[in-house]
Amino acid sequence: MGIKIKSMKKNDFRDNDTLELFKQSGGNVLITTLDEIVNWGRSNSIWPLTFATSCCGIEMMATGASRHDFARFGIEVYRASPRQADVIVVAGTIVRKMAPVLKRLYDQMSDPKYVIAMGACAVSGGPFYYNTYSVVRGVEHVIPVDVYVPGCPPRPEALLYGVMQLQRKIKSETMRLTRDRDREYAEGTIPPKFKLSKEEDHE
Amino acid sequence: MIEDTVIGSIEQQEYTINMGPQHPSTHGVLRLVVSLKGEIVTQVKPHLGYIHRGIEKMSESMTYPQIVHLTDRLDYLSAHINNHALCLAVENALQVEVPERVKYIRTIMDELNRIASHQLWWCSFGMDLGALTCFFYGLRDREYILDIFEESCGSRLLHSYYTPGGLMKDIHPGFQKRVKDFIKYFRKVLPEYDQLLTGNVIMQERTRGIGNITKEEAISYGFTGPSGRGSGFACDVRKHHPYALYDKVDFQEVLYHEGDSLARYQVRIGEMWESMKIIEQLIDNIPEGDYSAKMKAVIKLPEGEYYQRVEAARGEFGVYILSDGGKTPYRLKLRSPNFSNLSAIDLLARNFKIADLIAIGGSLDLVIPDIDR
Repeated sequence: MGIKIKSMKKNDFRDNDTLELFKQSGGNVLITTLDEIVNWGRSNSIWPLTFATSCCGIEMMATGASRHDFARFGIEVYRASPRQADVIVVAGTIVRKMAPVLKRLYDQMSDPKYVIAMGACAVSGGPFYYNTYSVVRGVEHVIPVDVYVPGCPPRPEALLYGVMQLQRKIKSETMRLTRDRDREYAEGTIPPKFKLSKEEDHE
Repeated sequence: MIEDTVIGSIEQQEYTINMGPQHPSTHGVLRLVVSLKGEIVTQVKPHLGYIHRGIEKMSESMTYPQIVHLTDRLDYLSAHINNHALCLAVENALQVEVPERVKYIRTIMDELNRIASHQLWWCSFGMDLGALTCFFYGLRDREYILDIFEESCGSRLLHSYYTPGGLMKDIHPGFQKRVKDFIKYFRKVLPEYDQLLTGNVIMQERTRGIGNITKEEAISYGFTGPSGRGSGFACDVRKHHPYALYDKVDFQEVLYHEGDSLARYQVRIGEMWESMKIIEQLIDNIPEGDYSAKMKAVIKLPEGEYYQRVEAARGEFGVYILSDGGKTPYRLKLRSPNFSNLSAIDLLARNFKIADLIAIGGSLDLVIPDIDR
């Protein structure tokens, strides 16, 4: 059984079949039906957090505004409080001083929570990868990431595509299992490289 | 009884709250530590560095054409204008005369960028005051400018369109028609902005007489751009130290003397009209010719110091290059308008209510990566 996203055919999500494989791993009728209902609800009302550090934030605003209109896909309103948000779109560079704040914001969000790394800076450090002393090279060193959207900055269409990929990912979830990612994050095995010193963590 | 004492103690006691770094109305990751007495602001301390990317240090290991790409990412809403500053500094150092066509295109692009930037400021200022409609109206019109940019530069926001000596590519054949269509359209739409927000009673009440700064204080704090001109400080670099084609076009420096948030608002609305006037004078007369001067493959500046300033959408943007004769600068210092404008926020917001702090911050039009660099 494939995953259906209303506004996009399956062929349009190129070479990304892994998500469908998750779905095929089976389960009993009652649970899979319940899963579908829950996932349908979750994937169609992802509310992002108002969080933007730099240039990509402007493109995120443009995505929410008149021409591109985020809300068509159920990404309805930006929430100012992390406790009301489902997804954090990390739009822009994260520097060492900002990293503990971002981690705290992520921890404050209630489950289930998702992360989109928007733009080259959040994916890998982007133009600030070399020769700089303050930039965290990719937000995955601080919090676990679900979808990467490349570009500097990505076009609004790219962000919309990324969001639909996230919807697809949510639709492949099942409530029988805790997500591996969440478990690993709780155990502290991810995020991998970036370690905050004690002072930084309690700033 | 207990309530009375609690409320009484809150009103008398000074207490401190944090605004930011993640706050929807600080336009980025600015952290303001605000001391309050009741609802009245007694002190504002800005804490910087939450988006410090070390661009000045990075520039020391990059060649001049590469640095152009970094200047985009400072004040991303006036990307063209920032590029212009660095390119002019390099061109002046090498004493290269760019073709006339390049000057025309650069001036038009700068002004388009200024309009786009002010539109976005108008959206977010409206949102800060609680008028969500502005957000949709402003960004609707901004998309038309971005389309023009996209056709010629290939990018919507961070263009890196200028290079030392000229432009990356020639303009798109449909550029002139598109720009003229946009101006025609925007002349009709801009009065709508006034109808929506400028005359609004709530907006007037929340900005008139709020965040005052006198001309002398503005000068001593280094206020530039629309914020400075709102207090009557004639500081338009385009007018007083013209570069590109600004000495040939006819435009007015918009000046208001009240020095409050409303004056700063009106300066920006006036600037959009003036920018359109500048574009209209130039768009039909773009001369034929090369889109770039002949430059050496490796650009090396002669030893010495060079400074160039331009009028960005938020104020005076300056680039200072100290060269030791190599292909990378020995030191690059950027004078960003937002840094100086922010420095006065304590003076502006003191003795006003905390809700006014939002309006004041909005009227300064801060872009945080430009402050932290």
